[in-house]
Amino acid sequence: MSTVSIKNVWKEYAGQVILEQLNLEVPEQSFVSIVGPSGCGKSTFLRMLLSQEKPSRGEILIDGQPLAEEPSAERGVVFQRYSVFPHLTVAQNAALGIEFERAPWLGKLFGQKKRQALEEAEHFLEAVGLVEARDKYPSALSGGMQQRLAIAQALIKKPQILLLDEPFGALDPGIRADMHELMLNLWQESKMTIFLVTHDLREAFLLGTRLITFDRLRQNAEEVGYYGATITYDVPLQASDPIKQQAEVFEAISGLAGPNIDSSKPSRRDDPVVNVTVVN
Amino acid sequence: MRRIINRKPDRHLSLFLALLPFMLLLVAYVVSSEIRLAENPGDKLLPGLEKFSAAIDRLAFQADKRTGNYLLWSDTLASLRRLAGGVLASTVIGALCGVSIGLIPLVRAGLSPLVAVVSMTPPLAILPILFIVFGLGELSKVVLIIIGIAPFLIRDVALRVQELPSEQLIKAQTLGANSWQLALRVVLPQIWPRLIDSVRLSLGPAWLFLIAAEAVASQSGLGYRIFLLRRYLAMDSILPYVAWITLMAYLFDYALRRMQIKLFPWFANERGH
Repeated sequence: MSTVSIKNVWKEYAGQVILEQLNLEVPEQSFVSIVGPSGCGKSTFLRMLLSQEKPSRGEILIDGQPLAEEPSAERGVVFQRYSVFPHLTVAQNAALGIEFERAPWLGKLFGQKKRQALEEAEHFLEAVGLVEARDKYPSALSGGMQQRLAIAQALIKKPQILLLDEPFGALDPGIRADMHELMLNLWQESKMTIFLVTHDLREAFLLGTRLITFDRLRQNAEEVGYYGATITYDVPLQASDPIKQQAEVFEAISGLAGPNIDSSKPSRRDDPVVNVTVVN
Repeated sequence: MRRIINRKPDRHLSLFLALLPFMLLLVAYVVSSEIRLAENPGDKLLPGLEKFSAAIDRLAFQADKRTGNYLLWSDTLASLRRLAGGVLASTVIGALCGVSIGLIPLVRAGLSPLVAVVSMTPPLAILPILFIVFGLGELSKVVLIIIGIAPFLIRDVALRVQELPSEQLIKAQTLGANSWQLALRVVLPQIWPRLIDSVRLSLGPAWLFLIAAEAVASQSGLGYRIFLLRRYLAMDSILPYVAWITLMAYLFDYALRRMQIKLFPWFANERGH
């Protein structure tokens, strides 16, 4: 439910320019897919949106206000790994955000309040299909289930902006297709603005309402430190776009072979190679 | 013929192989003892097994004529109280300081160099100072154990905290946690099982410092007894004492390991990856 403005943002590390001249206006309820080669600063960009890192120059505004200085509850995140807490069960993981809010001193609720929090968390577990697994520890979950838990955990804070850093990168195709469907449903219900960093072009086309590519315009070895990556393509995507429908077809094919949403065992199939060409 | 790296013992063979070295040591002792006793029946260096049982009976099951105490048990109690005091205090210090140093950059900048230097000071070199400052009573012995193992525990806990994936700390912040809640709900619960590992590793040094302190200045305790008996070359009593200390140290280690598995089931699974 928030607009995000990125105004001439640069990021440098130790004199090396990583990102330069980023300008972007993202209206509310957008689903922005970000792709680009490895090391082009996609994740750095996401970390800046999280306030995990600060831009060297320029500013990022949410609804016209400068970004908070540290990570906060209005921006949720799901990483590729380590997004859930291994020492808490599924239900405890999901309820953690509620407990932080209602128990400022102990960060832990007891008795009636605890039951209430777990009950509220249960709705979110239902949304991601994890109710059955509520008493399991994350180590007993498959990769897809862990990511679904991470999503439920983030959604419970009702973030305005959700940042996804290659969240489905480690999952196999059937499960990934289920996750895409789930993500789209959750996005439509919650009306969040979502940023998704991925290296899977098909996924980027399928999910996004807008696709952004990061790349370096200058590739000479001696210029690498002086010129960073910037936005090279900014493609709006409509549901009726042929490329989107094509991605859906591929998704359906890979989904057919795959197990449905409740697969507790990770399958071992390889990701089918899909050639999608970008037409400008 | 399979390669030797691919030959795995089954359960029975494993047990046999585990017991074998102990058996060999025992046989070697008995044989050497027999040889020495054949030459000199009054030999005190390698007493026969019957001497051991007599000594154990005297120390553990008969009251000492002078004090009226059952020496083995009163020594054990005295030593364990010092050991428990030192190890528990060190564990608490290790958890508190370690988590603060590992989690809070300002504390790390301030304390980490100090801890690094202090942990390099040989604790036994400080023992005379402890005797001067805290006297010859219980306190100086407990403090020696703390000085000996707390710096290690602090540094180890701090490293374990820094090893936690930064994603977890970021995620907790996006869930609205403040620093205190984060320490309480995310960091500390994940540190406990790791702390048990560090305590297991520091139990050896803890015994070392305990026995050293008891040997130098004490009126009771296992270390005191061993060094006292040394004057009479009483190997028949010293060896059972050493075996008893080793057995207790082993059992503590085992108990801590069981406790870790029991209390932190998620940790064992996590590690299985």
